[in-house]
Amino acid sequence: MANNSTGLRITQGTFSYLPDLTDEEIRAQIQYGIDNGWATAIEFTDDAHPRNVYWDMWGMPMFDLKDAAGGLHEVNRCREAFPNHYIRVTLYNPHLTKQTTGLQFLVNRPPHEPGYRLNRTESNDRHILYTLHSYAAEQPHGERYRD
Amino acid sequence: MAEEESAGGQTAVEDEGSREGAPEMRPAMATKGTGWSGRDDPAPGAKEIKRPPGGTGMRPDPQKDSRFGAQEVSEEFADVEDPLREVPDDYVVDAQGTLDDSKIGEVLSQLDQELVALKEVKTRIREISYLLLIDRLRRSIALEAQAPTLHMSFTGNPGTGKTTVAHKMGEVLYRLGYIRKGHVIRAGRDELVGQYVGHTAPKTREVIKKAMGGVLFIDEAYNIYRLDNERDYGQETVEMLLDVMENDREDLVVIMAGYADKMARFFSDVPGISSRIAHHIDFPDYSVEELMEIAQLMLEGLYYRFSPDGEKKFQEYLSLRVTRPNFANGRSVRNAIDRSRMRQAIRLFEAAEGGRKLTKKDLVTIEAEDIEKSRVFQEAKEQPSAASV
Repeated sequence: MANNSTGLRITQGTFSYLPDLTDEEIRAQIQYGIDNGWATAIEFTDDAHPRNVYWDMWGMPMFDLKDAAGGLHEVNRCREAFPNHYIRVTLYNPHLTKQTTGLQFLVNRPPHEPGYRLNRTESNDRHILYTLHSYAAEQPHGERYRD
Repeated sequence: MAEEESAGGQTAVEDEGSREGAPEMRPAMATKGTGWSGRDDPAPGAKEIKRPPGGTGMRPDPQKDSRFGAQEVSEEFADVEDPLREVPDDYVVDAQGTLDDSKIGEVLSQLDQELVALKEVKTRIREISYLLLIDRLRRSIALEAQAPTLHMSFTGNPGTGKTTVAHKMGEVLYRLGYIRKGHVIRAGRDELVGQYVGHTAPKTREVIKKAMGGVLFIDEAYNIYRLDNERDYGQETVEMLLDVMENDREDLVVIMAGYADKMARFFSDVPGISSRIAHHIDFPDYSVEELMEIAQLMLEGLYYRFSPDGEKKFQEYLSLRVTRPNFANGRSVRNAIDRSRMRQAIRLFEAAEGGRKLTKKDLVTIEAEDIEKSRVFQEAKEQPSAASV
């Protein structure tokens, strides 16, 4: 996560230190996955805490795409439905001995990301426990990133 | 590495692992041509992927994600804004190179050889191919025009080669760079229309996504829409198809096929569809001579041949068969050949049991008697009037 003047730009998955990918670039990445025999899945959330691995799935994973246009089509449909959510594309490598995420990157983020506060909790023996507190998650689920 | 990286990428807070992972992947992906443009050019929202050096008329490379054209404008004209004025009128384009690169001549002559008759169909494919080729040439000097609509309807009786032509069409369009993959997805009512409320849209979308980059071939398209039942879910499918045919033209070519009369009714019931289909191609029934030619081609492919008597007999068989109900042109020919192969096998088997030596000639030849046993001949004898019709 990189702090900047407007708040905090969440960096998760591959390519996240780069400027946001354009549609053409997203399409190319999905095609790279398809050419490797990976399945395309789209997930979204309004709680992008780094420890939150359970994002909501946008439809079923697409195991039988031949061309990335189908994947991009779903990305755009998801963006339409959740313009202010975090959306990521997960390319799942189903091959034996892998069977895990092959490539994962963000394709959508809220226009304004208020960021995280670092909570320090004093513990025994001068130990300090650190927790990330999401400002956005102070709102209940569904009411975050409204602006 | 890629797997570790992404899994680790979840915990992105100051995680050294995720930073180390990324550069590892970059060169590998960049060489794959996946449009890595961010490295040298960190301008946010860069619209266009850098074009690799290369002249006009590049073959569409499936690895590269060029919607046709994007990479084909030659470097010289990359920045031209008004090609009509800026490119000199006597500029010579590389017509021969483009023609050779697309290997379109090869596909078309293959089409001529493999498809018997269907003159109108071949002419139409030729026209489309040449239009797309010229389009490519025009694009090489930045004369961008909107992609032509290539949705088609194939009408004709069963067995007239609609599916075969659809597959060929996929190949032709792929060679010309109009579609990115060239695969053909076949779908009927079962694949498209759902069983209950809310079932249809995901089902149709699934098929459409699968077909993107290629051809969606809808067999017996009129089955989708049932006018007499207003609660039928087919309406939803039709609406989605209309939407895709209009808005995703560059990702998908839709070919609808079926009997001529039913298709005509379908088009008049759903007026939006007909106007979105640019090419209505009719597949006429084959004559007996053409069917014979088809039979010869099929036998050749199977490494069989007719004996001279067998050939005569088969011709006779065909002229009887075409008058009978359920005649399905090419498909009937194929079935007839399959059955005569079986009869030949029995004949040879019995001969071998009787102690006769079989030669290669025996194995490849279909004799008159293999054909004569067909039911068609027997029924023709019983009702001579039917045969003469």
